[in-house]
Amino acid sequence: MKILVGLKRVVDYTVRVQVKPDGSGVAIDGVKMSINPFDEIALEEALRLREAGKATEVIVVSIGQQTSMQQIDTGLAMGANRGILVKTDKAIQPLTAARVFARLVEKEQPGLVILGKQAIDDDNSQTAQMLAALIDRPQATFASKVEVDGNVARVTREVDVGLETLEVDLPAVISVDLRLNTPRFIKLPDIMKAKSKPRETLELTSLGVDSGDHLSTTHHAPPAKRQKGVVVKDVPELVAALKAKGLL
Amino acid sequence: MSRVLIIAEHLNGQLNQGTAKCVSCASKIPGATIDIVVLAADPAPIAAQAAAIAGVSRVRTIANAANANAIAAIYAPQVVAIAGEYTHVFGASTTVGKDLMPRVAALLGVSQLSDVMAIDDAHTFKRPIYAGNAIVTVKAPAGQVVVATVRAASFAAAGGGGSATIEPTSVDVTLPTHTRYVSLQQGGGDRPDLQTARIVVSGGRALGSADAFKLIYDFADKLKAGVGASRAAVDSGYAPNDMQVGQTGKIIAPELYVAVGISGAIQHLTGIKDAGTIVAINKDAEAPIFEVADFGLVADLFKAVPEIMASL
Repeated sequence: MKILVGLKRVVDYTVRVQVKPDGSGVAIDGVKMSINPFDEIALEEALRLREAGKATEVIVVSIGQQTSMQQIDTGLAMGANRGILVKTDKAIQPLTAARVFARLVEKEQPGLVILGKQAIDDDNSQTAQMLAALIDRPQATFASKVEVDGNVARVTREVDVGLETLEVDLPAVISVDLRLNTPRFIKLPDIMKAKSKPRETLELTSLGVDSGDHLSTTHHAPPAKRQKGVVVKDVPELVAALKAKGLL
Repeated sequence: MSRVLIIAEHLNGQLNQGTAKCVSCASKIPGATIDIVVLAADPAPIAAQAAAIAGVSRVRTIANAANANAIAAIYAPQVVAIAGEYTHVFGASTTVGKDLMPRVAALLGVSQLSDVMAIDDAHTFKRPIYAGNAIVTVKAPAGQVVVATVRAASFAAAGGGGSATIEPTSVDVTLPTHTRYVSLQQGGGDRPDLQTARIVVSGGRALGSADAFKLIYDFADKLKAGVGASRAAVDSGYAPNDMQVGQTGKIIAPELYVAVGISGAIQHLTGIKDAGTIVAINKDAEAPIFEVADFGLVADLFKAVPEIMASL
């Protein structure tokens, strides 16, 4: 069984982005870029399934400019077998990303597609669900545990009220949550080994997908600031202040 | 004229408050008529609750044993079957809504808006990106149905006293059998629900252990509050994951939020910035939580919390 994993290049989670003064976007020139943290967890899970003998090949896919090849390099150093860069200069939206993945699913016939539950730049949380819809297959989102047994996966999901478990027939799409696993560190020899792994570049335009970029962003604004409050000197002052506001 | 369809969210026969918040959001679209659809094995009791929400014209019910649990692959084609009658389809930005709505959108061949926090007009919305560090204004094309999830913390629940008509609806779709519900392990117990509680008390890494976290439960019980936790506390195993508040956990807007031993990473602040009043108790006077707290107390939580409890 093949597993397809998506790796999105995003602003590193440690960077605090600022809105540009003219509202045209966020200032991300020259900031550190990384694999979306949820996607790293997705890749780790795929690698563990391969190591457990449940999968034979892990293919990492990134959609973006040539610079996204860095994220594929990292994915290959982590242990993926090969990489596919779907090249585009446009910042694409989830529906387009899902259509690209659907095309790759057709081509590669994976048993599982594992994606992060959301990207930490646009915070959309849509691509996995859209892909599952487009290929008419099961989706198990926000996974915190994945067990594959033959043609079935049993997935525990982090839902608002607790933990839900679903059973899905393969092929299926899984989106992963934070606590599924802790991604491995890359060792120097792994980087060397990854240099010879196959990397394929496809132009997005060559895939013949209809653009799903229907939304246009017209303005960026900084969030409304909360007014800085007061520091109280002790517990009685705090309790009195909350009582005065009718909160206690 | 806008016609909005809202997907009811429910569990064990109870309507989730997120549904009334979607109604409140939809009512911001000028001249909108609002319908709710209840997909369930036995929709009647849920439909009765939905029909009582002020501002709702019609509650449609789709009864099917397969609808007993909210499985996106099963709900989506049924929603799509009636979506053509509407200009907008909304769901709450809960794990149920976030699971379902993108599937609905993709089947309809349209984009989806996540976490709508304000409506400028029928096709212009505001939503957060980068963990709430930027708020974008997004325009959806006028000729397409708008599929969106609604950020519950941004809208007050619509009131009661409504008397919408209830209409059974039948849809002619083949439902998949490739996705099967196994079980739900509910956390929480008898405490107020984190997302709807008037008061929420959250604990962070400074608690130091799952044992010590019991202090947060005791404090919450004293205040009749819901209990939350920072990601650090959840990752350290002090609290279960369904309590996590923040960018990747729950976004909440209680009247009073008490952060105990939480430093206040931006990802956490994202989850609480719509709270009415924020109280921070932390030993470290430099902790970022004090930047957003209305009342900050620089103190050892193990002394301060029992002292507050004793004074109530």
